[in-house]
Amino acid sequence: MDWYPLYNSLRIAAISTVAVFFLGVAAAYYIAKLPRLVKGVLDVVLTLPLVLPPTVVGWLLLCLLGPKRPLGAWVLETFGVKLVMTWWSAIFATIVVAFPLMYRTARGAFESFDQNLADAGRTLGRSNAWVFWRVQMPVCKQGILAGTVLAFARALGEYGATSMIAGYTPGRTATISTTVYQLWRTNDDMGALKWVLVNIAISAVFLLAVNLLETRQRQKGGGR
Amino acid sequence: MALSVDIRKKMGDFQMEVRFEAEQETLALLGASGCGKSVTLRCVAGILTPDEGKIVLDGVTLFDSAAKINLPPQKRQVGYLFQQYALFPNMTVRQNIAAAVRDKQRRKAVTEEKLRQFRLEEVADKRPGQISGGQQQRTALARILASEPKAILLDEPFSALDSYLKYQLEVELAETLEQFPGTVLWVSHDRGEVFRNCRRVCVLDQGKSQGTFTLRELFHEPVTEAAARLSGCKNYADAVPKGTSVFLPEWGLTLDCGKEVPEDIHRVGIRSHHVAMTAADAPGAFPCEVQRVIQDVFFTIVLLRPENAVPDAPPLRMELDREDWAKTEDKSRVWAMIQPRDILLLK
Repeated sequence: MDWYPLYNSLRIAAISTVAVFFLGVAAAYYIAKLPRLVKGVLDVVLTLPLVLPPTVVGWLLLCLLGPKRPLGAWVLETFGVKLVMTWWSAIFATIVVAFPLMYRTARGAFESFDQNLADAGRTLGRSNAWVFWRVQMPVCKQGILAGTVLAFARALGEYGATSMIAGYTPGRTATISTTVYQLWRTNDDMGALKWVLVNIAISAVFLLAVNLLETRQRQKGGGR
Repeated sequence: MALSVDIRKKMGDFQMEVRFEAEQETLALLGASGCGKSVTLRCVAGILTPDEGKIVLDGVTLFDSAAKINLPPQKRQVGYLFQQYALFPNMTVRQNIAAAVRDKQRRKAVTEEKLRQFRLEEVADKRPGQISGGQQQRTALARILASEPKAILLDEPFSALDSYLKYQLEVELAETLEQFPGTVLWVSHDRGEVFRNCRRVCVLDQGKSQGTFTLRELFHEPVTEAAARLSGCKNYADAVPKGTSVFLPEWGLTLDCGKEVPEDIHRVGIRSHHVAMTAADAPGAFPCEVQRVIQDVFFTIVLLRPENAVPDAPPLRMELDREDWAKTEDKSRVWAMIQPRDILLLK
């Protein structure tokens, strides 16, 4: 059995999770401080990929990154690199669809964070960065971790936008989800079943992790 | 060497105007809930920004809207004791205190010294959630003092505690503050707390400071109704000065004040325990109908209606010993009197 799809899926999910972690936490931190109207608008825009069909996201991404589109053409001309149909093209898709999960969970965690703790740190002479990394992030740790796991699981399961922007090339852009589709299309049900089982196993482990984190957070919240 | 505050801030339809000066003393900010006491403290600490005005601490301008100066909280050297202490829950007691010492070389020494000074050595490696309310308060104070502030702000330090624990912690807090050389602002809505711990009081009413008073001025000679209310006085009536007495139209009473009543007096205040029962023929006695009797823990409250009162007049509240009321024969109609010196003349 060729394990390339598993390896490719995992590295795409891992890289996009790292990106989404920082993007989501930063967005949650800064957007929470904005006036209510701006916050409401940004909230809708940033959460939209969560509810849009993946094909819509894929189409929009192609509009931006395609070799004949402004950004794609500029990158191709300047760096000689095509942004679509490579293994890492899928990262664009997974970042966009996984971002809302990270952003919303982080924002929920930050909103329940007691602002007095931050103010206490600042009146004690500590910088905003110190307060953020040494107090706010540790206090919100459980929520942030849950968001990260959810984002990773979502990135791992991405199919629609990925297939549009990275396509399916065995040994190059194939992921678990695109492989299952291809095997089913070519009537290889046994082959598809193997990957289905692999996928179910990985997803179950991650959901279990989310549940454990959430239970721990609830217990911690009640004990304080 | 002192704190001077003169700020204005609009919050929704609430206009705040606060002005006071504090020396190296414990100055109380006394006011009812929601009168802007916490907002004032937050403006001094730099957590909130006033719309305009000036805040100067020990010669350093912390905020000046005209000169566009607004120091961040980190540079103000103002310690803030939050209502729930705001200890970092992810850190131990020792780490909480160490967090306030920015000088790495001195961090360990200062932390250990504060742990000793505040008797926190035994719980030094515990988290805030695992220690008692008293230990939490000591940790918060130790942390504030470790940051070497020039002023300390106390935001209703005992609001969340039951009365017995509160009393113990109050004694401890007072002892700590006696050692502190700088200015302390003590925000409270509890007049007893203020009376026990402060010499001077700035009264806040609906966002506006009413001036700074000594305890004597506030509790024995309040000049405004807001100050009288905060000092615990419960009876108020409109008043018309008449030479050495006042006429109270609502109650249909003329009361002797024993001295010339200034023309600008429009209200009087009478403390409930200064209303006394007396014999029918005593000088200054007036007949009242008993409207209602309420038993309190250690005394009895009787709501009286002077016989000449207008129909919708507020009741005159009298407080007396339970036994004195029990001994009273006629519990529906009594003769009451008020000593001239006990009538608070208010502007």
